[in-house]
Amino acid sequence: MTIHHHPSDELLLDYASGALGEAWSLAVATHLSLCPGCRSTIDHLEAIGAGLLDAADPAPLSDKTFELIMDRLENESEDLTDSAPPAPAVPVHPSANGLPQPLRRYAENDRGEIPWQRLGLGASQCLLTTSEDGVTARLLRIPAGRPVPEHTHGGLELTLVLSGAFSDSVGRYGAGDFQEADENLEHQPHAESGADCICLAVTDAPLRFKSLAARIVQPFLGI
Amino acid sequence: MTGEPKEQQASAGKAMDALLRAVSAKKDKDAFQELYRYYVPRLKSFMLGQGTSSQMAEEVVQETMIKVWRKAALFDPAKASASTWIFTIGRNLRIDMLRKAFRPEPDYSDPTFTPDPVPLASETVSMEQQGKRLMTAVAELPEAQKEILTLAFFQEKTHGQIADELGVPLGTVKSRVRLALKKLRSEFGENE
Repeated sequence: MTIHHHPSDELLLDYASGALGEAWSLAVATHLSLCPGCRSTIDHLEAIGAGLLDAADPAPLSDKTFELIMDRLENESEDLTDSAPPAPAVPVHPSANGLPQPLRRYAENDRGEIPWQRLGLGASQCLLTTSEDGVTARLLRIPAGRPVPEHTHGGLELTLVLSGAFSDSVGRYGAGDFQEADENLEHQPHAESGADCICLAVTDAPLRFKSLAARIVQPFLGI
Repeated sequence: MTGEPKEQQASAGKAMDALLRAVSAKKDKDAFQELYRYYVPRLKSFMLGQGTSSQMAEEVVQETMIKVWRKAALFDPAKASASTWIFTIGRNLRIDMLRKAFRPEPDYSDPTFTPDPVPLASETVSMEQQGKRLMTAVAELPEAQKEILTLAFFQEKTHGQIADELGVPLGTVKSRVRLALKKLRSEFGENE
């Protein structure tokens, strides 16, 4: 997989510091599982966080805490100690849907299927549940060769392509590619022919469609 | 920030790696106590940076050290220095305990995970050395860029919140972050 479009440095910083909310982090973390280059940037950012920790002014604390902790740790059973990496929450076989972790645990049901909902015009979505209020994460499936109506964004939109590809005024986005769009971008993504384009999209405001017809059907489509 | 000279901090980092390896290999209690003395006051100051009460900060710090003890066997000095490893544990517990949120992370055991390319022998530098070079490079960054990194990590603010707090346009914060990372990448001979 050759990835051409990556999350911005500032978004990677937000993820490395821990400040980024869960829904946005899901898009960044899923990209990271596909992109060694961005993981290397995260490693550097975490090393900076560690350097700032080393340089922090030590805060005073009560004297007895070490003894309290050791009492607790010495009396606990061995099985609370991790000597091997934790067993993965899902069986180690590839997702039948080709989804990488951590996205899989958000998007697949117990049977390993994605519960798609029809949006009309051949497109489908699957809404993902996160703890973040006011931010929506969803999988979108755009049929091969079809456009998404031209739109702008009320806020920020992160899009990670999982399979297939789309093109817009900015460029071509294939599997693993990441797009950050804000209110300044007006675009009409167009799924490439050949295969449906499946993406993870995270938004903090409804999209603003340019055409009246799209605006009329928007409430029914739920995007 | 302390006035400790850089050399002292770097040698402290080296000692911390050895101490954590001792906890990792043989559950060495004395080594753990030394780690505790070094990291707990720093972690507490770090947690307090987010406007957390002293009691809550201490709770997160205690849980961090408990996790350091329990997970010590998983510490891999080839992947991270002791400080980086402990920083990530503290950061994740802060998200879990203070924000009550889940942090999505890549899963190395997932079959669709894209592994790192095998590094060339000439590229293998110890994490300690790398961390030291990185902090020297950070120290040389312009104040305005350092300020953003500090607000991000100490105050746990996103770049958008940092722009609001400093009263500067979002674009200014973005370009400062990018300039800082460009400088740090060139330090490691990476070009993107």
